[in-house]
Amino acid sequence: MKIQFQHLTRSLKISGIFALLGMFVLVHAEDAPAPAAAPAPVPAVDGAFAAYANNTDPGAGLAGVAGPGHNGFMMICAALVLFMTLPGLALFYGGLVRKKNVLSVLAQCLGITGLVTIMWWAFGYSLVFGTSYGSPYIGGSEFFLLKGVTSAPNTNYAYWISQNVFSMYQLMFAIITPALIVGAIAERMKFSAILLFVTLWMLVVYFPLAHMVWGATGLMNGVWNADAAIPAIDFAGGTVVHMSSGWSALVLCLILGPRLGFGKEKMAPHSLVLCMVGTGMLYVGWYGFNAGSALAADGVAANAFMTTTLAASTAGFVWGMIEKITRGHASVLGFCSGIVAGLVVITPATGFVDSTGAMIIGVLAGVVPYLACTKLKSIFKYDDALDTFGVHAVGGTLGALLTGFLATASVNSNLVSDGYAKKNGLAALVTDGGLWVAQLKAIGITLVLSIVGTIILAYIVKAVVGLRPTPEAEQQGLDITDHSEEGYIL
Amino acid sequence: MKLIIAIIKPFKLDEVKEALNKVGVDGMTVTEVKGFGRQKGHTEIYRGSEYTVDFLPKVKLEIAVTDELVKPAIAAIAAGAKTGKIGDGKIFVLPLEDVLRIRTDEHGDAAV
Repeated sequence: MKIQFQHLTRSLKISGIFALLGMFVLVHAEDAPAPAAAPAPVPAVDGAFAAYANNTDPGAGLAGVAGPGHNGFMMICAALVLFMTLPGLALFYGGLVRKKNVLSVLAQCLGITGLVTIMWWAFGYSLVFGTSYGSPYIGGSEFFLLKGVTSAPNTNYAYWISQNVFSMYQLMFAIITPALIVGAIAERMKFSAILLFVTLWMLVVYFPLAHMVWGATGLMNGVWNADAAIPAIDFAGGTVVHMSSGWSALVLCLILGPRLGFGKEKMAPHSLVLCMVGTGMLYVGWYGFNAGSALAADGVAANAFMTTTLAASTAGFVWGMIEKITRGHASVLGFCSGIVAGLVVITPATGFVDSTGAMIIGVLAGVVPYLACTKLKSIFKYDDALDTFGVHAVGGTLGALLTGFLATASVNSNLVSDGYAKKNGLAALVTDGGLWVAQLKAIGITLVLSIVGTIILAYIVKAVVGLRPTPEAEQQGLDITDHSEEGYIL
Repeated sequence: MKLIIAIIKPFKLDEVKEALNKVGVDGMTVTEVKGFGRQKGHTEIYRGSEYTVDFLPKVKLEIAVTDELVKPAIAAIAAGAKTGKIGDGKIFVLPLEDVLRIRTDEHGDAAV
């Protein structure tokens, strides 16, 4: 009797979830015919103010002047995105490793922050956001050493925010992306090998990819490049940040091989408390990541703020409830993983979808990465130590594809702009459907670049400095052997 | 004299201590230990990874008592530690040759 009752409640719960899903789809379908109610231009006000309110060109009178509100918002957002890495991601990952390796993860995040900042100053920013090479694949040389990057806006990207703020904001994305890779190769890669790999990876994978997606002359920049060959869209970095890091992480972890004792020894997280603290910081920081990607404190940012919240909280809840239903216990790690998965999947869509789209994304983000982390991983037995692939690669790819189905001009008129989207074909794809094909092409390019790039670079690093510590060092823990410190002296 | 070693559930420590005080035992040594008997361990799941934890946390008491206190002390520990469920623990009784109180040089029963 009891067993039957349990079955009954279980099937009731499951059918409840499907009913909820069905509701979303219905609501969404009813919404579909609504006309594109783009943020209406402010009527009958002074031209410069109208431009400020609408985030458009202020004209010659205010050329070179940043708008205080937009600029202030972006400085806060930049700080929030840095907060995602230091200490958000560092603690999220740090809590998930064994205690003999906690400092190695923190050191890797700190090392990457400094290394990428120097590269960004020297040539990174210019290779991503410059245009002097006139290439769809790589930027230019005009901003090397951040020359000419002043408080005046770079109108290729934003009319109202200082270019120095813009460049620092984008730097924070360049920092967190390679730091995400650390999760898959945690506890078993030498510090020197990680720094060399990240240096090469930024040059070969990140800078070109970021230019292709966000650069003014970029190949896949559907929203801001009238000549984009592939009019795809990626609001805050589904392809650039999550797919690139996630797929590269899988390849690198396969080349490295599993940790010593993988599958035999207990490798449980040493502190889910730190992990939860890190998750909260990632969640808060992600508002800077997603809403800030509007590059203005405007209506698009406001929409991104809402969709980010809906997707992340929903995905966390769904992941926890799947555990509760299938295993009997909702775990802290489950809630945390779901929240991060929700944030990852909404990232490319956040400024392009409405509340219904965000809820669909939230539910799917709780289900698909859950299956990747629990089922896929145990079938193929790869040692993706902290599930960078399961969450970021799977979630990023899912998000990029879902953006193709759920993006709507009703929340972001840039999708049908006369200046860009109507010229490169994006507007037609958004209104008539078929955007998902462009998204698939962008996914394909990201996959090939990340996978092939990482294979070549990993073997170069292996030949130059070697990838793994000695078995003895790995057994002792990287805190002592790589950094001469201990995380906990009690 | 006897040395009583008792392995009990950690949350029962206060009740055992009070029961022992009541029968006149006024000293003990307590250690946090891990182990398993019939209760066995439990399973922990972290995303897709499942681990069996064999050793469960327990508390070990060591009490030296004079011969007349052996029976009441054992009864007190058993009464205080019992839940009736698997994993309540065990009590071991060992002969004790001598006891020395370091401060006063007292030996035997006087030092217990």
